[in-house]
Amino acid sequence: MSSLPVTAIAIPRRGAAGRTGLWRVEKPVVDHSKCIKCLLCWMYCPEGAVVRREDDSVEIDYDYCKGCGICANECPVKAITMVAEHE
Amino acid sequence: MNRLVISGNEAVALGVKLSRVQVVAAYPITPQTTIVEKIAEYVERGELKAEFIRVESEHSAMAACIGAAAGGARAFTATSSQGLLYMSEMVFWAGGARLPIVMAVVTRALAPPWSIWCDHNDALSQRDSGWIQLWAESVQEVLDTTIQAFRIAEDEEVMLPVMVCLDGFILSHAYEPVEVPRQSVVDSFLPEKRPAPYWLNPSKPAAYCTIAAPDTYMEFRYGVYKAMRNAERVVREVDEEWRRLTGRSYGGLVDCYRCDDAEVAILLIGAWAGDAKEAVDILRRKGVKAGVVRLRATRPFPAEDLRAAVEGLDALAVVDRSLSPGLPSILWSEVRASLYDAAKSIYVKGFIAGLGGRDVTPGDFVEIVRSTLEGVRRGEPGDVEWIGLRGDVSGHH
Amino acid sequence: MVTIRELTREEYWLPGNSSCPGCPAALGLRMLGKALEGRFVLIIPASCSTVIQGIYPATPSRVPLLNVAFAASASTASGLRAALRIRRLEVPVVVWAGDGGTADIGLQALSGAAERNEDVLYVCYDNEAYQNTGIQRSGATPYGAWTTTTPLGKREHKKDVPMIVAAHGVPYVATASIAYPLDFVEKVKKAVSKKGFKYIHLHAPCPVGWRFPPSKTIEVGRLAVETGMWILYEIEDGVLKLTGRSRALLDPSKRRPLEEYLRAQGRFSHLSEKDIEVLKEYVEARWRELRRLLEERGGYLR
Repeated sequence: MSSLPVTAIAIPRRGAAGRTGLWRVEKPVVDHSKCIKCLLCWMYCPEGAVVRREDDSVEIDYDYCKGCGICANECPVKAITMVAEHE
Repeated sequence: MNRLVISGNEAVALGVKLSRVQVVAAYPITPQTTIVEKIAEYVERGELKAEFIRVESEHSAMAACIGAAAGGARAFTATSSQGLLYMSEMVFWAGGARLPIVMAVVTRALAPPWSIWCDHNDALSQRDSGWIQLWAESVQEVLDTTIQAFRIAEDEEVMLPVMVCLDGFILSHAYEPVEVPRQSVVDSFLPEKRPAPYWLNPSKPAAYCTIAAPDTYMEFRYGVYKAMRNAERVVREVDEEWRRLTGRSYGGLVDCYRCDDAEVAILLIGAWAGDAKEAVDILRRKGVKAGVVRLRATRPFPAEDLRAAVEGLDALAVVDRSLSPGLPSILWSEVRASLYDAAKSIYVKGFIAGLGGRDVTPGDFVEIVRSTLEGVRRGEPGDVEWIGLRGDVSGHH
Repeated sequence: MVTIRELTREEYWLPGNSSCPGCPAALGLRMLGKALEGRFVLIIPASCSTVIQGIYPATPSRVPLLNVAFAASASTASGLRAALRIRRLEVPVVVWAGDGGTADIGLQALSGAAERNEDVLYVCYDNEAYQNTGIQRSGATPYGAWTTTTPLGKREHKKDVPMIVAAHGVPYVATASIAYPLDFVEKVKKAVSKKGFKYIHLHAPCPVGWRFPPSKTIEVGRLAVETGMWILYEIEDGVLKLTGRSRALLDPSKRRPLEEYLRAQGRFSHLSEKDIEVLKEYVEARWRELRRLLEERGGYLR
């Protein structure tokens, strides 16, 4: 008999649906030379896959980024481009 | 010990107060209303320190109890008939969520036609919900069973909600003398620090009642099944412990009256067992060795205890105060199923009576026993017979 | 007003959950977590948000979360609040429900909880249809929108749930938009600082149900506000104030043409000229009402 809890009780973790980065058709690429560290991409990412570094620059967590493109669409200086995942 | 003359509904409210319930959420429906009104009185007078949520529907009443129990509080509600059906989605939810909620069901017939009078269809409609169902015969038993219910529900081996069923008007509104246990007795009987199977705890975040895919759902349901099996033992043990504390017990899962040397017995649930017992006394005076087997629990269905109780019988008259259209009758079917493998074959005949509060007298029960014995004598199948139908209903199909 | 930089770095709705790319509900939950810094408990009825949690045994939620049946969220919250009060846990109880579980099947329980002034925060994230079951219309679907049960476009106007809740006389009602997350965060913080029933109605454009590319979620949400179709306001103790971008839009000349919002979404692609006129008049009428309320009655609802 398995050791299940009395009802479905789930524990918090990243990747609850697996490595959702595998869903991508396009991926965002950040041009740090253009980035003004406004953090809009970090705020608007529905996934939380734009990681805010100590110095407020950003990097993409490609394990979970689903490639929706909101970050690229909202970046005020067009520092993010969507690039095809597979050539 | 305190002696009071109170009604069944007042007994429920008193049981709730003695059990130090913390959250009550209920919606009024005849004939349950005085339970809720009495509890409101206790809370307003400060006699019961509970949060009383005056919800806007029965569905919300059970939802609020679920929220309260998941938040770690001892929760209670009460309803009848239409209210229970309206609440049904959440009744099943509470069972599956393994929350130790206690609910009084003042059993009342289902509409249409509208009826405020007693039968057992409402509570029995929820027999698949994972709730333990206990049935009382007297106002004293209502009081005692309400308190026992919290103990059973919160047992670590059980963790299932419990329904305490009392007959609408017949018990809910009937006044009988009861012995009221002291608060200190109830406090020692019900642990104050209630173990909850889980509760929403900000320092240990988790998500509850999530989606379970086909590869895990079944095991959760098996857990409910196991808990119900454990409940058979726990209901017996709790009743036994209550006997040691108060001198009162009700036979655990099955209450037998004059069954030791009986040849024929009436099997039923609820208050009309009292009328059946009177019939048995009448029959005994006429030389018929009759008895009464009153099931105190319909869930878990006490198959083992039932088989032991009917061992010496030649015949059993199962009387249902309910109807499952398409099935001859509910209890009759469940009783026959549990006796199928019994060593000795017993003649089991079924009867449907008392629907919508139609009166059933000791005289009717005497007839039921006679009809059963007649069936044995003639070697007829034990099919279900309807008692007390009026007029010519042959035109109805 | 909180700034982006002031938002906590912590994530309370973890990445890698099963929401669609561009999902406004997932973003909303992320922002809710940041607004309350992870100190709250969540109640979620049947909705997209049930499913985006994924499947047992993992969850993206870093706060305690109770899933409940569709119609039951506001009443479950009432019971949970009572229990936590008894346990002396003064942590906000937050309902996160969709428009279906709020405007339709959940309306009764919502009304009951509001009337009892239960001390909970109820957030309705409104993606304007029963998206989780495959884009069927809800009471919150706007006039003219395509859904699977209104393939020729809904004939009825959107049910105004925030005003229905406001009619209960509760301490705080607000509208918000996922395109203006800081305004939403501000409103969440303000709401939990109050006792009693608080309601926030969050506009949540859904790429799948509204038919637009997932990169445009924020843009479509912004257009809803800029065209005046979605109005940002709050009603504190019965007094209404416009907030954020909507403050400047009382003047109709400042609003962008409604066509810009409608053209951005496939669910409006079949609209006739007449339908567009109906919608324009609907938007104008709502702003006229608001102007009257603000100018003649100082924002007092009663």
